[in-house]
Amino acid sequence: MAASDAQRPWSLRESYLFDRSVIAEIQRAAGEGIYDIRGFGAKRRLPHFDDLLFLGASISRYPLEGYRERCDTDVVLGTRFALEPLRLRIPVTIAGMSFGALSAPAKEALGRGASEVGTSTTTGDGGMTPEEREHSTILVYQVLPSRYGMNPDDLRKADAVEVVVGQGAKPGGGGMLLGHKISDRVAEMRDLPQGIDQRSACRHPDWTGPDDLEIKIGELREITDWKKPIFVKVGATRTYYDVQLAVKAGADVIVVDGMQGGTAATQDVFIEHVGIPTLPAVRLAVDALQELDMHRKVQLIVSGGIRSGADVAKALALGADAVSIGTAALIAMGDNSPEYEDEYRKIGSSAGYYDDWQAGRDPAGISTQEDELAARFDPVLGGRRIANYLRVLTLETQTLARACGKSHVHNLEPEDLVALTVEAAAMARVPLAGTDWIPGTNGR
Amino acid sequence: MGAGSGRRLRVGASEGLTVGAAETTAAEVVDLAVTPLRELNQRLHDVARERPHPRRWRVVNPNGAHAVACGLDAEVDVEIEGHVGYYCAGMNKMATVRVRGNAGTGLAENMMSGTVVVDGNASQSAGATGRGGLLVVHGDAAARCGISMKGVDIVVKGSVGHLSGFMAQAGRLVVCGDAGEALGDSIYEARLYVRGDVATLGADCVEKPLRDEHRAELRELLGRAALDGFDPAEFRRYGSARTLYNFKVDNAGAY
Repeated sequence: MAASDAQRPWSLRESYLFDRSVIAEIQRAAGEGIYDIRGFGAKRRLPHFDDLLFLGASISRYPLEGYRERCDTDVVLGTRFALEPLRLRIPVTIAGMSFGALSAPAKEALGRGASEVGTSTTTGDGGMTPEEREHSTILVYQVLPSRYGMNPDDLRKADAVEVVVGQGAKPGGGGMLLGHKISDRVAEMRDLPQGIDQRSACRHPDWTGPDDLEIKIGELREITDWKKPIFVKVGATRTYYDVQLAVKAGADVIVVDGMQGGTAATQDVFIEHVGIPTLPAVRLAVDALQELDMHRKVQLIVSGGIRSGADVAKALALGADAVSIGTAALIAMGDNSPEYEDEYRKIGSSAGYYDDWQAGRDPAGISTQEDELAARFDPVLGGRRIANYLRVLTLETQTLARACGKSHVHNLEPEDLVALTVEAAAMARVPLAGTDWIPGTNGR
Repeated sequence: MGAGSGRRLRVGASEGLTVGAAETTAAEVVDLAVTPLRELNQRLHDVARERPHPRRWRVVNPNGAHAVACGLDAEVDVEIEGHVGYYCAGMNKMATVRVRGNAGTGLAENMMSGTVVVDGNASQSAGATGRGGLLVVHGDAAARCGISMKGVDIVVKGSVGHLSGFMAQAGRLVVCGDAGEALGDSIYEARLYVRGDVATLGADCVEKPLRDEHRAELRELLGRAALDGFDPAEFRRYGSARTLYNFKVDNAGAY
């Protein structure tokens, strides 16, 4: 067994370049001959909302009284074209996660929790389950390249439609649900044999590029009689252009997923090295909308690394209309809980480190299709935990908004923010704290 | 594509008989030169609720419009007199849609059931991800015909372009002419029949023996497509070698 840090002589120096994780990965790669596929999102340090701070009200601004003065949190999505926009009570939604990647009880819990606090959940690659529809008051139905489980009946049953172009964990990549997670039910929903690896295509089968996308959105509107809001989801890369093209293509709502966004199964090299962080992506998306005079007309949902009300408030202050959570929702339901430490150890992981969501052996019964493991997870309790967590996110967001004197969380603005680092100041385009310096603006 | 219009729906042949209380026999004629597409599709979507409802529809002057007769969910016959754009008869259920012209990209994409027939040629991705029903193209179909098909039957009297049957999961694709490059690339369990030449086969797609059961299957499919003139024995059968079903590093060069 390796010596602990305390036992190791100080004369031993670990390489920064070849640290123990790098050495372990090289040795694993040499032994197995295949790249590392895992779940979770980017684990490296990235510029993020932690690098921003709010300027609370003082003499020049007055704050609102906590617990007394209203600070509203409602958001309406799909006001541009849809006859039936979504009306959410809070600006935090549940991101798309498939039945297949997650167990049926976990999907049910997401629906229960979101519905309790008046927000939406989203299907995923693999279609809509009846349990999910039943327990989600507001359900967004994803149209993905694989079209697994895609059918017009579910499209009409949905409250909104999300055309998925990409996701933050792997912009430009498809997916792979490994054979050991393909139960009979998952196989049937996806029209494939049980036990084989199910590849999800990286491109849509019937459209390519922005001009086609406009026609595709037109078809989806015709099929749903123009009732449902149409979202377009992109992984954050060339965000400024992608957002403008999505607006041009007729989207009601644009979802931008930064590179910290989670995944059920993606190559580690993809997760850590493709895409841009959520922080610059919000700024670029809002720039694109403002230039087209479509900010607040086409709503913007931002995801990728949202953990707390501080993250929510900062995303809103930069101009998002709402945020989405995925990884944090799984953690709220019990993923990586110390309660299962012994079992994490048995499968070579540890609570706080577990990222093998692709493997289907989740001790918490969330990212699995094994009945025995899934049965451990109580969807009622899980739903309660999701609702609790969403309430905390909302209360924290309101706390920060009131401190800045805002009676609606959407009234937060970039002017309420400063940056702690030069990088964050440049990316979010807010001044470095204590200065009026925004790198890259006004020729400075 | 606009949602609203001040113009009225122009409907002809109103002298039709009423059959029982549910259907009329005469065709409802909708002229897309004067009637917005939205009104046509809305009426077709609401058709089951109309009493009595028209069983037969004729659409004239489509002029390449997109999304004509998409999302249908009733046993109606829709005949379109002219060329259509993208996604004609998309996600079709139960209806019979006939295009007396050519069809653009994504013809009958994700169709669930019913029948879609095109007299002319079809552009890319005809029958993409279709889950059921029958799609017949009397001319040629371009690239990616039957891409990711999940149970639909497709019969093409002419030839198909490259990457047809790409990642095809289930259903049957019958090509009476030739197939372009990379036929059936990364195919799963769909069955492909080609009468003419195949430029190349895609990854994991191989020729398989044509046995009696396959000839019977072909005869049945050609019969349903009203293309009885072809001899099933002239076709060759292609399907998955199933070597790429579970990722193995030794196969990395095959992808």
